[in-house]
Amino acid sequence: MSTSAVTSEALAATAPPEMRQRQWRVLARATMSQWRSRIGLVIVVVMVLIAIFGPLLAPHPPTAFVSAPNSPAGQNGLLFGSDGIGRDVWSRFLYGGRTVLGMAVASTIIGVGLGLIIGLAAAYFKGWIDEVLMRISDVFMAFPQIVLALLLVAAFGPSVPLIILIVGISHAPRVARVIRGAAVQITERDFVKAAEAVGEPRRRIIFGELLPNVTSPLLVECGLRLTFSIGLIAGLNFIGAGLQPPIADWGVMISENRLAVTVQPWGVVLPVLAIALLTIGTNLLTDGFARAAIGLDRGE
Amino acid sequence: MSKFLVRRILLGLLTLFLVSVVVFAATQALPGNAAIAILGRNATPARVAALTRQLHLNESALSQYTHWLGNILHGNLGISAATQQAVTKYIGGRLANSAFLVLVSALVAVPLSIALGVFMAVRRDKPTDHVLSVGTLGLAAVPEFVIGIALILLLATNASHVLPAVSLIPPGEHAWNVPKVVILPAATLILAVTPYISRIMRASMVEVLESDYVTMARLKGLPNRTVIWRHAVPNAIVPAIQVSALQLAWMAGGVVMVEFVFSYPGIGTALIDAVGNRDIPVVQALALIIAAVYVVVNLGADVITVLVTPRLRTAAR
Repeated sequence: MSTSAVTSEALAATAPPEMRQRQWRVLARATMSQWRSRIGLVIVVVMVLIAIFGPLLAPHPPTAFVSAPNSPAGQNGLLFGSDGIGRDVWSRFLYGGRTVLGMAVASTIIGVGLGLIIGLAAAYFKGWIDEVLMRISDVFMAFPQIVLALLLVAAFGPSVPLIILIVGISHAPRVARVIRGAAVQITERDFVKAAEAVGEPRRRIIFGELLPNVTSPLLVECGLRLTFSIGLIAGLNFIGAGLQPPIADWGVMISENRLAVTVQPWGVVLPVLAIALLTIGTNLLTDGFARAAIGLDRGE
Repeated sequence: MSKFLVRRILLGLLTLFLVSVVVFAATQALPGNAAIAILGRNATPARVAALTRQLHLNESALSQYTHWLGNILHGNLGISAATQQAVTKYIGGRLANSAFLVLVSALVAVPLSIALGVFMAVRRDKPTDHVLSVGTLGLAAVPEFVIGIALILLLATNASHVLPAVSLIPPGEHAWNVPKVVILPAATLILAVTPYISRIMRASMVEVLESDYVTMARLKGLPNRTVIWRHAVPNAIVPAIQVSALQLAWMAGGVVMVEFVFSYPGIGTALIDAVGNRDIPVVQALALIIAAVYVVVNLGADVITVLVTPRLRTAAR
């Protein structure tokens, strides 16, 4: 999303609140006028509703043994049959979204928050602080995210808080680069110089003057990192580095059921579809927003 | 130009050095006895003592690190805790298998994505372009292990059993001698990188097709095919090449999950197995190797970018 650096110019900090609100409304309308955003929004809403309210609809507890192992769909009143040890596939699927979504959202908040602070600090202070922060970012970006996660799981063992933290930390340098790129130009603008001249505290300049001007790239980063978080966290749960059986989780379900896929495909098909749809939805929506933000800047 | 290269390479070396510090700090400088962490809780005191001596664990962290790095630079990656084999021997063949998988995937994915990007650009704003644009955008988001499992569901189960779901390679045999097992993992990687390259190619091609010299070529009455492949594509291909290099770097990490899904005997499966066994020497070696490949390929991508962009080439002098 290298293009997102320009978007920051769209919402000038000097604009009064009413005007800024209007600009947001224009941006929302421009986002929703595109088919990709509409499709994305529908998918995201449906998947999030399933993840949050699914457990309320589940006919059985996720870990209860309700049938003979691997009974086919429709038998014993089980919509999608039972898994390898006789648990209801449909109930486990309805329970399995909360964990993925919750962990992904938490790691996105950590990663984007950390990246935002690092990026703004590097852009504002410049000089050696910028240099040091960016070099440290380079080192963490020298590991593919999955490898950094596995390295720390090897050291500390599989653990949910650790996974959330590592995935967040592995996002941070990537977010920081984008935010720094967007904020660097803002630091040269007159209203920042003016704020400095009247002696506003640095903290207020960073969060009061710079932050409101990087909101579009920040939102794009949130969407992008959420998409990647879902994939990474589902993957880590899938390989057994995060949540452990018998917890009902989409990633765990895929790994539990994939060897029996020829006799009981639903245990794999449902969570695979769910993860795919969720990531597709968040990405379509993010792309729609990013396009709308760039379009606004060009004055289209 | 050479000044830029030297600076970039020195920075790359610095990054690699810091990477080794991170790998060491994360795995060996742990609180508690690393020898017990490596050998497991049931290790005999004699073995713990031997490993403590071997890894210089009773010395300072700095001296441990220099011993460790010195060994690595001499090609000694230690002994695998799980298999008691030399790590170099354990991962050597797997490294070749992974390299083969990445190479095959890249050789198919790059031309395929460029052709797809050109096709989308030529069909710009027609229904096929819209469908392909949204389709590639969606595919770009799907995690690679999900793509792999979807391929297994479609092509390797009762639905249509055309390809093996598990990439079994007899021990001592190389992947290139058993090409059938490479198809599905390679297809997964190809599907994972194609959206990125083709979308960039489409965007770049759309811009070029609007330029004056393309209009000129068309006015001269050149056949459409010539205009596209002789005049437009060579001018639009640079961003696609850059992004291809970046995707090649991504594959260094991307193979991890994909190999695991298919139990393909490469470094990715080895890394996940080693994490499961807490086989620290193997994890250290593989994390270092993957990070090194990632850094080097990224550096290559940067250099390519400068070489093919005249504006940057003069600026870098």
